[in-house]
Amino acid sequence: MNAATHVFRSTAGARRGERAIFWLFRAATWFVLLCGAAVFLNIFVKGSRTVFKAEAPFINTTFLTEAPESLYIFEWEGKKREMGDREFRAFKEQNPAAAHVATESYVYSAGGIWPCIVGTVLLVVGSMTIALCLGVSAAIYLNEYARDGAFIRFVRLAILNLAGVPSIVFGLFGFGMFVIFFGWNVSLLAGWFTLAFMVLPVVITASEESLKAVPKGFREGSLALGATKWQTIRKNVLPYALPGILTSSILGIARVAGETAPIMFTAAYVVRDKLPWDVDRLGDFFFQGVMALPYHIYVVSSKIPQNDYTERVQYGTAFVFLFIVALIATSSILLRNHLRNRYKW
Amino acid sequence: MVNAAPATMETRPPAPPSAPALAAKVSPRFPAVAAAAASEGRNVIVDIDDVDFFYGATQALHDITLGIEAKKVTALIGPSGCGKSTLLRCLNRMNDLIDGTRLGGGTIKIHGVDIYQPDVDVIELRKRVGMVFQKSNPFPKSIYENITYGLRLQGLKDRRKLDEIVERSLRGAALWDEVKDRLQASGLGLSGGQQQRLCIARAIAVEPEIILMDEPCSALDPVATAKVEELIQQLRSRYTIVIVTHNMQQAARCSDRTAFFYLGKLIEYADTREIFTNPAHAQTEAYVSGRFG
Repeated sequence: MNAATHVFRSTAGARRGERAIFWLFRAATWFVLLCGAAVFLNIFVKGSRTVFKAEAPFINTTFLTEAPESLYIFEWEGKKREMGDREFRAFKEQNPAAAHVATESYVYSAGGIWPCIVGTVLLVVGSMTIALCLGVSAAIYLNEYARDGAFIRFVRLAILNLAGVPSIVFGLFGFGMFVIFFGWNVSLLAGWFTLAFMVLPVVITASEESLKAVPKGFREGSLALGATKWQTIRKNVLPYALPGILTSSILGIARVAGETAPIMFTAAYVVRDKLPWDVDRLGDFFFQGVMALPYHIYVVSSKIPQNDYTERVQYGTAFVFLFIVALIATSSILLRNHLRNRYKW
Repeated sequence: MVNAAPATMETRPPAPPSAPALAAKVSPRFPAVAAAAASEGRNVIVDIDDVDFFYGATQALHDITLGIEAKKVTALIGPSGCGKSTLLRCLNRMNDLIDGTRLGGGTIKIHGVDIYQPDVDVIELRKRVGMVFQKSNPFPKSIYENITYGLRLQGLKDRRKLDEIVERSLRGAALWDEVKDRLQASGLGLSGGQQQRLCIARAIAVEPEIILMDEPCSALDPVATAKVEELIQQLRSRYTIVIVTHNMQQAARCSDRTAFFYLGKLIEYADTREIFTNPAHAQTEAYVSGRFG
């Protein structure tokens, strides 16, 4: 058979077209990968200078376990010294002659970010709990109980629109509603509800999809055995929808942890000496503001004069933030996989 | 109806044009059948009288009157969309789950109680009237938990009692020997036929009086089908069984009474032997002999 004329010969044009499309998609994927890698590498390389150190225990424990302090830099006995606020004061007591030494000082550039870590974890856990309770309940109502009608379609539309509201608007809403109208002041509680409202659309939509994915046969089979509707949902629908709901909440976690705008008016303090559990009464716990990682990054990078020392804090904080989000997300993924294996269908 | 007809029917050419013409010739109601059944001293447990049923504006059942006898197997046959599954799902009010459905007229009485009265507890009704679905739907739980699901809903917690019922139900569904060593394994790990028998075991675990089967074998291979049919034979002595089937041989093999439906109307209801050997209506004859459907 002549190779040039056989019937199955593809035309050069068709092959070129296929190849062009293939490379277009491949290049797009690579580009996304490149962007992600650039961001992560930048934060990792610059942040690891702050978070890790050359000698044992290789981790900068001060940065992870202490509160932010001002950094003092001065010349002493011919050597350049860098000290945090407390260390500097102790130093001056030991060396009275140092009391009037000429110093340069930089706010927030010494110490660590421990209160921010605690605050962020508290904000994430609280707001996700509220968002999941409200969101899953609403999704159950919408998917299992409500009859499809104009009103329900309107509710769904409203939920979708809520997802498009800028986070600063949520922040201002939370400020007006919880901080001022309810009189909760700048507090954990106000921050929890504000953040929860912000992720509700994601949680509701995803929960509804997960509930929809549970086969009708499970519901019918349960009802045919004499189960009530609620028994059916609780025992034979919700457990199977949980892995899907958790998947969506992983996205929610990343968003809640990272948002600055909703908490800057409702929950976040620039600086706070006490840790959240240093309260006189248990009730006070909910009505105190906290420091938070994203807000700390914002303050350190935009509210104070910039220099090498503040940059160190910024990258270190970003690095720790990414690590914590990854940690929380990983534990959710593990929980989801555990549930998936338990209820495989 | 969304049920897929068995392959043999789907591969056949579209319904012959004579079908609607046939329908027109048949009178819509046969109250005489139920009356005759009663007069012969039959033990009618489900009394369906003059039932109209609607999906929104579409009428799915027209003036259905038929009496289902206790401890007999009653087969409902007819082409797709004829209303046989709809009627079946009326008997345990599973149609309530579909928006816009309503019983437009007539009554369905079980032991003389009208099950569509507002004071009827649907939950209690469904405990008495079990159901096996077309697509086997074991829950993604262990075999043991599948069987005990209905019992636990009723608050039964006694482990020994549960064990006993699990064994009895699985034996009753001819599944015990195959699964007794892996009761804690997932019900979804069973083969298609085993899954369907598990669903039957689950249904009989709550001791219903009536078992509704909605094309229980349509997704099974011939060997699994034979096992389920054998099981139906064993169950008939203790339960009243109503089975919807597309497979006419199956109706012929395992039912005592057969009702033939066409376009939402009951065309003929008689002893199975009668329907298959000496049908009273030309349309029944055409369907059971495979000339349309």
